[in-house]
Amino acid sequence: MTSLASTPAPITPARRARPRAQQVTQLRVLRSEWTKLRTQPAAVWTLLAAIITTAGFGVLYSLVRETRPPHGAAAIAAFDPAAISLSGVQLAQIAVGVLGVLLITAEYGTGLIRVTFAAVPRRLPVLWSKAVLVAVSTLIISLPAVLIAFAGGQSVLARAHLSVALGAPGVTRAVIGSALYMTVAALLGLGLGALLRSTALGIAALFGLLFGIQILAGLLPGSAAQTVTKFLPGPAGQAVTTVHPDPASSLAPWTGLGVFALWAAILLTAAALRMRRGDA
Amino acid sequence: MIEIQSLTKHYGTTTAVSDLTFTVRPGTVTGFLGPNGAGKSTTMRMILGLDEPTSGSVTVNGQAPRTLTAPLREIGGMLDTRAVHPSRSAYHHLLALARTCGIPGRRVREVIESAGLGEAARRRAGKFSLGMSQRLGIAAALLGDPDTVILDEPVNGLDVDGIRWIRGLLRDLADQGKTVFVSSHLMSEIAQTATHVIVIGRGRLIADTTVADLLASAPAAAVRVRSTDQAALAGLLHGPDITITPAADGALTVAGLTASQIGAAAGAAGITVLELAAEQASLEDVFVHLTQDAVEFRAPSA
Repeated sequence: MTSLASTPAPITPARRARPRAQQVTQLRVLRSEWTKLRTQPAAVWTLLAAIITTAGFGVLYSLVRETRPPHGAAAIAAFDPAAISLSGVQLAQIAVGVLGVLLITAEYGTGLIRVTFAAVPRRLPVLWSKAVLVAVSTLIISLPAVLIAFAGGQSVLARAHLSVALGAPGVTRAVIGSALYMTVAALLGLGLGALLRSTALGIAALFGLLFGIQILAGLLPGSAAQTVTKFLPGPAGQAVTTVHPDPASSLAPWTGLGVFALWAAILLTAAALRMRRGDA
Repeated sequence: MIEIQSLTKHYGTTTAVSDLTFTVRPGTVTGFLGPNGAGKSTTMRMILGLDEPTSGSVTVNGQAPRTLTAPLREIGGMLDTRAVHPSRSAYHHLLALARTCGIPGRRVREVIESAGLGEAARRRAGKFSLGMSQRLGIAAALLGDPDTVILDEPVNGLDVDGIRWIRGLLRDLADQGKTVFVSSHLMSEIAQTATHVIVIGRGRLIADTTVADLLASAPAAAVRVRSTDQAALAGLLHGPDITITPAADGALTVAGLTASQIGAAAGAAGITVLELAAEQASLEDVFVHLTQDAVEFRAPSA
């Protein structure tokens, strides 16, 4: 080896201090994926954006509705103060869903996935770790976000005597349910991203699945449209975020969340089957 | 040790690798040569368990790549130097990798220092120059101190310092008894470091031999000569095992004699030599010669 000052020493491991690489375990992969998540600025920003959108839009829309209170018995009966304060969830679900997509498609896009899979040849621990992390981090940020949105929104609406208490029937469930809804939306994004392996396709499919297919289902004849729509990801999931879901057009709250979660589970399973075999 | 047996890979109707069999042994640097598109990267992806062979098998230290329990300890690879998240720092890229099998952060800092990335380690890997990306890729390959190291085109786009560093590194790794497998589409690069070469073309094995044997199989060196009387000189040099080819500019290309033999013969006959140059058959020529032919040719294996 020539001793040029500008040439770094070769990577020679001292035999004594040989870094004993240990077995790859699910827990170690989880730590690895956590390191990735917390050092991916886009992920951190997306989570922050989800908090701000949920809380900010909830309060903003409450301010709008405070100035435009409902008129007439029907409008007052249909007035849902909890839903108004939680309206930001409709926007924030896009943020966390896109986060789910990006968490895996960014690796496919750069080729990093090959580095990852060479280190974790069984591959699936990577997907499960990402699923756990995206779910936990989304839940951790969305719980305070929906509570802030609800509290802020209700304090605005209270000035016009339109507010509802957290203790009122179904309200706590709708608030907590909104956080769970966002969590499942993030998992749905991850499933789509892992299945499609492309950011553009993944985000397009996310929009399609959350908003698009209701339109298609609406083309079905008569009551079939309503029956089918209930089971689609968006409407099914939103049942849990609504204080009084209409039984005709919506599943029961927890059933709806279950169906939404089932969609995410099916997509993640399909992604796992595709990931496990074949070329990375 | 990498053992490849009847390895074949199809992508749809395209055959990337066809019935490849060879062994990469520990303690030496083995070059993996072939023109672009010969199937080198495909083979390397299969060695790392990333692509699934259509048929045939790959083993690393006797195990199928997908069944390794601590892969970073067994095999370290660098395939694509841009395979990093652009906004993640080099340090965190390596740290995330290290976490998968409990490699301590101390080792991460160690490979960063050794790869000469010290200052840059906290910067976004996406802002790295090609040379720095290359160093990062190699640092990642060596993170687990693996017994087998495979690098795809490691000197591509490196500056002189970087190339010198890699050559020294590869020899060091081989001296430590590791299996070192390095691809290139340039013979001259491999000739500097490798002692053994695997040559492939169109996905097939062309040669599995030592660099020395490969050179020996080269066509005989020729000498280019120009003199005041070419016809007389040609008559003078004529003999068995000697071929004389006239070049377009009037010079003669003589194979089978050395430059000094030709010069002496011309001098003795009173012919004035205007130009006399030995044309060395380089490894590059051998390589081009080998890979141009679609015909399969197996040099005696070492």
